[in-house]
Amino acid sequence: MKTKARRIVDFFTNRAAYDRFFKSLRYALYVILHPFDGFWDLTHEKRGSLAAANFILILSLLTCVFRLEFTTFQFIKVNLERANFLVEMLGILLPFIIFVVTNWALTTLFDGKGTLKDVWIASAYAMTPYPLIVIPNTILSNFLAEEEDTFNYFFHDFSLVWSALLFISAIMMVHAYSIGKTMICIIFTFVGMAVVIFLLLLFFSLISDAGAYFYSLYKEVIFRIY
Amino acid sequence: MKRLVVFMALVLVLAAVSPAVVSQADSGYSYNYDFWGEEIHAPNPYAVKKALTHVELGLDKKLSKAQGLFVKDNLIYICDTGNNRIIVLEYADEEYKVKEIIESFEGAEINTFSSPSDIFVTDEYYFIADTENNRILKLTKDLKFVMDFTKPDDINFDQSITFLPSKLIVDGAERVFCLVKRVNKGIVKYENDGKFNGFVGATPVTYDLFDYIWKTWIASDAQADAMSDFVPTEYDNIAVDHDGFMYVVTTNFYEGSLIDGSVDPVRKLNSLGNDILIQNGDWVVVGDINWNDQGVYTGSSRIIDVTALDDGTYFALDRTRGRIFGYDDQGNILCCFGGNGNKDGYFRMPTAIEHMGHDLLVLDSQDAQLTIFTPTYYGKKIFSAIYEYQQGRYDKSADEWREVLMVNGNNELAYKGIGRALLRQNKYEEAMDYFKIKYDDDNYGDAFQLYRKQWVEDHVVLIFIIILLVLVVPLLIGRIKKVRWEVKAYENESKKNS
Repeated sequence: MKTKARRIVDFFTNRAAYDRFFKSLRYALYVILHPFDGFWDLTHEKRGSLAAANFILILSLLTCVFRLEFTTFQFIKVNLERANFLVEMLGILLPFIIFVVTNWALTTLFDGKGTLKDVWIASAYAMTPYPLIVIPNTILSNFLAEEEDTFNYFFHDFSLVWSALLFISAIMMVHAYSIGKTMICIIFTFVGMAVVIFLLLLFFSLISDAGAYFYSLYKEVIFRIY
Repeated sequence: MKRLVVFMALVLVLAAVSPAVVSQADSGYSYNYDFWGEEIHAPNPYAVKKALTHVELGLDKKLSKAQGLFVKDNLIYICDTGNNRIIVLEYADEEYKVKEIIESFEGAEINTFSSPSDIFVTDEYYFIADTENNRILKLTKDLKFVMDFTKPDDINFDQSITFLPSKLIVDGAERVFCLVKRVNKGIVKYENDGKFNGFVGATPVTYDLFDYIWKTWIASDAQADAMSDFVPTEYDNIAVDHDGFMYVVTTNFYEGSLIDGSVDPVRKLNSLGNDILIQNGDWVVVGDINWNDQGVYTGSSRIIDVTALDDGTYFALDRTRGRIFGYDDQGNILCCFGGNGNKDGYFRMPTAIEHMGHDLLVLDSQDAQLTIFTPTYYGKKIFSAIYEYQQGRYDKSADEWREVLMVNGNNELAYKGIGRALLRQNKYEEAMDYFKIKYDDDNYGDAFQLYRKQWVEDHVVLIFIIILLVLVVPLLIGRIKKVRWEVKAYENESKKNS
């Protein structure tokens, strides 16, 4: 019987787990260069891992903040007094979650092969080019003058386009779709995202209205009593 | 006990000193807009020198709906529109005195004015927009009628409207440029012999595709009539600067298009009628950026008059909040001050602004008074910094800007001005610091390029060494590894053989 402390130490010093993690993380580099082959093996051959996927996702969120903070002010001007970096990060994280959930919900209806976990892992792997390009790009921007901003914008947009193409191939491979079906699936996913966002807003506004109702009821009672 | 006495003495000294400090800061609320469009409190660039009503001037009756104001040398001309007269003030020995009251003239059938709303004075003549008499008068200085400019008998001019000239300027060749009420084709131009010579500088017509489609195909005829027409807007006022360029302002625009720059409330026209106003500042020339709607004072600034000083700076008068906005020749905002109210330096219905040297004169039609502002120490320093820069004495200009910074550490132009001077002295790194504080990316980029070039030149040896190391070291390592591997292979081979 191991003690709790022992188990924690084991968890963090598990050589085999680390090896698995780094191997699956390194596999992301293969995926972004060989998307069709890579995404197929990622889920069907279990070459990727949830840990590595989450690592890439968190790295992407941090990259977004890193870019805003450390790009030279000549290219991106951020009002640091007003900026909220949590909001900036949520601006990527929330669409990502809604995309994955909606996509999974749709593809279960249209005989997609991927599970929710598969879609999550593949989508996160598809974001790899973003931190990979934007972090060096941000550091490099500090050696550029205002006239040379094209380089900065080009590499940033390039990473986004690359990611977008990877997203498409990820959906295609995970669900074993044809290209046409993938496109239709993605369009419907966006429509579905809009529906989900609408329902969420409706839900929160109803909840807050209900809360306000009970609060005003409480106030009414309090005023009557005193 | 001794401590207490010292403390009391200190309190007394402070009490004696502090009223002076308070009274200096008291005379108004001035601010400026920073890069983010937020108001930053600033010292007063202008202080009230005099507020003149009919009492101070010794006139028989109050000014009534005064519309027009003109300054030539040390003479101030006020169009007392409601009383049908023109009051001439003379400024001498720090005093403003009535020199003359013009109520009638000789040599014409109707020899009085009816609602004169603007006046322009050249060396020899008066030009008066005699609105209700439907004419522009040209009088000699001893009030003899010379000629008048009436409704143009021309096919381009809509004959159905009454000719109501409201504002006018005159150029060096005595051609008259006039704004006529309900005429939206631009400025009416007369030759010096009184002949109508067409329109100049109508506002460009802007409409978006959606509006166009909606109006042409979807809306019914009645709805289309109710929608705004795609026609140029009418100008509200006109002024001329010392170079002869016309400044025109309009208050008819859609507020939502202000900040993106698709409407121009202030325009500077060249002789072809094209807008040549330079807008290189962080913000467009529209008056207030934040509207902060409060009570009855809502919406954007509505600039109703502009006066252009000799150094290229110009001051715009806002009808909505009674504020005065100063801009330099590049369109950078210099200062915002004034407001609606009853104190000196505040207005109720300002109608015209003029300048005498660096002093500003504002005519208020409802308060029936003329307010005269004069630059404070802070304002004077800004003007002299701009002046020195225009004269090409950049270092001197930077020194003036440093003094401005002593008074107001938030002044954007001061940082940029100092940065530019440092750049000229090849102090790139310091210049970059100054530009960076105020997000001036253009100048920062220039400074940075020079700094980078200098840095590379200074460190060229170091850079070569690093490149050499990066290239050579992996080669060496590869070589060593290869040799070792060969040695090992040889050893293995010989072991096997033996």
